Amino acid sequence: MADLGETLRLGLLSPMVLAFALGVAATLLRSDLKFPGEVYTALSIYLLFAIGLKGGAELAQTTLAQFWAPALATLALGVATPLWCYALLRRLGRLDVADAAALAAHYGSVSAVTFSTSLIFLEGLGLPYEGFLPTLVALLEVPAIVVALALARRQLPGAAGGADWGGLLHELLTGKSILLLLGGLVIGFLGGPQGLDQVAPFFVDPFRGALTLFLLEMGMVAAQRFRDFGKVGGFLIGFGIAMPVVHGALGVGLGTLAGLSVGGSMVLGVLAASASYIAAPAAVRLALPQANPSYYLTAALAITFPFNLVIGLPLYLEMARWLHG
Amino acid sequence: MQTVALKRVTIIAEAVLEERLVREVRTLGAKGYTLTAARGEGSRGVRASEWAGQNIKLETLVSAAVADRLLTHLAQHYFEHYAVVAYVENVEVVRGDKYV
Repeated sequence: MADLGETLRLGLLSPMVLAFALGVAATLLRSDLKFPGEVYTALSIYLLFAIGLKGGAELAQTTLAQFWAPALATLALGVATPLWCYALLRRLGRLDVADAAALAAHYGSVSAVTFSTSLIFLEGLGLPYEGFLPTLVALLEVPAIVVALALARRQLPGAAGGADWGGLLHELLTGKSILLLLGGLVIGFLGGPQGLDQVAPFFVDPFRGALTLFLLEMGMVAAQRFRDFGKVGGFLIGFGIAMPVVHGALGVGLGTLAGLSVGGSMVLGVLAASASYIAAPAAVRLALPQANPSYYLTAALAITFPFNLVIGLPLYLEMARWLHG
Repeated sequence: MQTVALKRVTIIAEAVLEERLVREVRTLGAKGYTLTAARGEGSRGVRASEWAGQNIKLETLVSAAVADRLLTHLAQHYFEHYAVVAYVENVEVVRGDKYV
């Protein structure tokens, strides 16, 4: 299994994972390193828009025949995963409605940063993947949040949360992550590969560097939540590790059934396994303020994200290789 | 110089609430507002804004009636679950008729 050793080495020793580790170290060592809020915002805008642009340009070269089955599988994941997450958290985790729904929204939705890291991981191994995969990120981002919030609203009639459904959907769909991803996809699609060429020196080539810097910041933010481990308890820590493995296997399996390549199936696994921390926290905070942010932010950011980064990526790749024979 | 007695309502809140608060403050009768980024610490501890942006401080000059409406609205919709601080001060405003 020289292959597996190489996979693990590439995964663990990539600049992105190491930058994340440096961020964790910076916080634990109480370094004075701190990203200005504007830098974090600018980097996230850049990353989301770049992912959209590149995906849109690739989508322009994709036929409907290649695309419909993976798209359907992605939507099915987005609707179904929050349902069993919610049931599991309520029954086994004994969480209240708001906390269970908040976590279900995060685990059903997707992390664009984990997704980007997985593409770079595949490129490092020289494995091809389908170019339309960023479109699947956009498809997976919203449905789970809507499903989870609907579950909570059904259980908590008259719950505080301010806006009505119309206002809520408006806030969700015009949130920066959806707007940038979808907007980038449309612009990339309309411009096609020639259009992308014009902006490639800014949006394609420096992407990995920007992602590495972003992961440094993520490491710091994740480590700040380590102190909340005691508060979230053993069940949620287990959930934050077991759920991505189950969802990852499901995503890889569905991707394989939908005709994706080894790389594409692995990435669908990553999408299913990852938990959102840009779109979902903002939406949940607005719509479900009674849920405790300690739970969902700590689980998504300090447990599931590092797990996927270090162990998940090679694991889902091995699952995909095994399923593809 | 001629001044008019008005109320200054200050609202300090999580940044995720910015669009909502701005919209509602205007709907409830404020003619304008000043918004600044704010940092600090309070009784609530952990909040989403640690990750999704800082706090905001929204100030608006309004009549006593509007100030009352604003505070009632905040109490009904925000105090229970969100990190929100609000207070009212008496101020003497130049060209005060602009604000009512």
